[in-house]
Amino acid sequence: MSSADAAAAIPAPTRRRPVIAIILFALLALLPVAVSLGLPPHWLTLLTRAMIFAIAALSLDLILGVGGLVSFGHAAFVGIGAYATGIMITEGQTETLLILPVVVLLCALFGAVTGAVSLRTRGVTFIMITLAFGQMVYFLAQALSAYGGDDGLTLYERSTLLGFEPFKNRTGFYYVVLGVLIACYGLISVIVASRFGRALRAARENATRVAVTGFRVKGIQLLAYVISGMIAGLSGFLLANHTDFVSPAFMSWPRSGELIFMVVLGGVGSLHGAIIGAIAFLLTEDVLSGLTEHWKVIFGPMIVLFVLFTHGGLVGLLRKLGLGRHD
Amino acid sequence: MTTGLLIVQLLNGLQLGILLFLVAAGLTLVFGVMDFINLAHGVQYMLGAYLAVTFVSLTGSFVLGLVLALAAALVIGLALEFLVFRHLYERNHLDQVLATFGLILLLNQGVKIVWGAAPLSVPVPEFLAGNVALLDGILYPTYRFALIGSGLAVGALLWFIVEKTRTGMLLRAGASNAPMVSALGVDINKLFMIVFAFGTMLAAFAGAMAAPILSVEPGMGDNILILAFVVIVVGGIGSIRGAFVGALIVGLVDTLGRSFMNDLLRLFMSAPSARAAGAALSSMLIYLVMAIVLYVRPEGLLPAKGRA
Repeated sequence: MSSADAAAAIPAPTRRRPVIAIILFALLALLPVAVSLGLPPHWLTLLTRAMIFAIAALSLDLILGVGGLVSFGHAAFVGIGAYATGIMITEGQTETLLILPVVVLLCALFGAVTGAVSLRTRGVTFIMITLAFGQMVYFLAQALSAYGGDDGLTLYERSTLLGFEPFKNRTGFYYVVLGVLIACYGLISVIVASRFGRALRAARENATRVAVTGFRVKGIQLLAYVISGMIAGLSGFLLANHTDFVSPAFMSWPRSGELIFMVVLGGVGSLHGAIIGAIAFLLTEDVLSGLTEHWKVIFGPMIVLFVLFTHGGLVGLLRKLGLGRHD
Repeated sequence: MTTGLLIVQLLNGLQLGILLFLVAAGLTLVFGVMDFINLAHGVQYMLGAYLAVTFVSLTGSFVLGLVLALAAALVIGLALEFLVFRHLYERNHLDQVLATFGLILLLNQGVKIVWGAAPLSVPVPEFLAGNVALLDGILYPTYRFALIGSGLAVGALLWFIVEKTRTGMLLRAGASNAPMVSALGVDINKLFMIVFAFGTMLAAFAGAMAAPILSVEPGMGDNILILAFVVIVVGGIGSIRGAFVGALIVGLVDTLGRSFMNDLLRLFMSAPSARAAGAALSSMLIYLVMAIVLYVRPEGLLPAKGRA
């Protein structure tokens, strides 16, 4: 039923040319120069945040776009990463080389356990279960009264790296996030192009055939789910350092919905689309929330109209305009 | 824990279960027949509650207000069906999830604009005010009994319609194989609208009935929506019986877990750590139940017959 119809919306993958991604990264790398030439510094903060969400959206694109698994609980990984970071900093441990392994391990563990259960189902049940597991973590964070509970946890320090403070300076932080984003894009591109990635993609089209060919489909999907969760956890680590604050709201279920929208907005399964989608999302949010506090009244219908009237997202639009490669 | 407290908590669990059933029944019916996942279903529950606030205070009568609220909720639901949902039935689940998510953002915020962000409430109707005495002098509000009773009555009515009427027969047929029903000459669009109207009324009824005992606030539908998802997953997708059983399990487990987890953990650990662990564990309890059910029976406890 749904593995087939979920795949219908996703364009058939072709050999990727990372031209759009390279242009995108070059533009992002030049932004601090533009800021030093007079662009408001607000842009630096906004784009840092956008790139952090782009990392999360990119990781979601691996399972949602490439794997065809519509996970509605992805914000939970971001939240786990942010909370692990926040709690360790609060307890006096700011060393990145100690925080990151904890973040990645926790996300891998959560991904392995919830993934093993969720992947027993398909289609719409998978959506509901990932949503429910995401909510479970949300309520767990609310119950953490020692670490702020419902109010969240303010951080008075940022992470350090071997005595350096890479997250202290705004421009420095920006380039760190850009570097992580490029690294994640590279890593996921390599995964998608590998034998493992081809099997994952093939399982989206027809799981039975892939299984008959001798692959363990569930194992492949579970591994992709875990990898995706670990990368999302990394974005949570950056987010906690960026906002100096963690709260259960980081993993409330609308966050997961927004991540899905970023991926779809940019164009499902194309990787650079997730980055474009995340940036477009945060820019729109920024502009609309500047107009009115009730910006969601405008944003909600925009999502509805986008779904009803476009196919292939912004990347599809770029293609129609002749930019990027045609399939 | 005393017997009296246990009885009160059992009744509270039953009451939550009934509310969940009303919401989950509509959701599972719409999904079962139309293969349509409607995240905005929780918003329809919320609208039911808000409309009850308005109409009860306008008319001064709970019953009249309830009827008007249901009618208004139905009109809004059908308008949404006509404008948005109808165009999504043929789409994949990802599109359905996203578009209805957009509607949630709109309606949650819209409710804030119209009714304000502060929690509202509906007075308990006078003829149902007061308490019923249970054993050893423990009192339980009459209204909550009325809620449980009316929920069970609606459940029975639903069972009668689905199992004993021609429309119900078409519903069951549609849930097993909608294209076949359509091929046999049934107006499937009309059937879809009836199903959808049904689901909307059930959710709005649950919301309106909950208004006197819960605080009416923006986002109240989101929490119940996710609980309803757990109910459906536990009970088996597309199955009304499954939704009933699942709703009672989730309602009872959640309520009893929240009230007695502390005492239970106190047997093994110190009071402060029991309190902390109890709060965390009881909020996770229903999700653990869901995980266990899925692990044993991925298709749920009572899946609908004939679904692949």
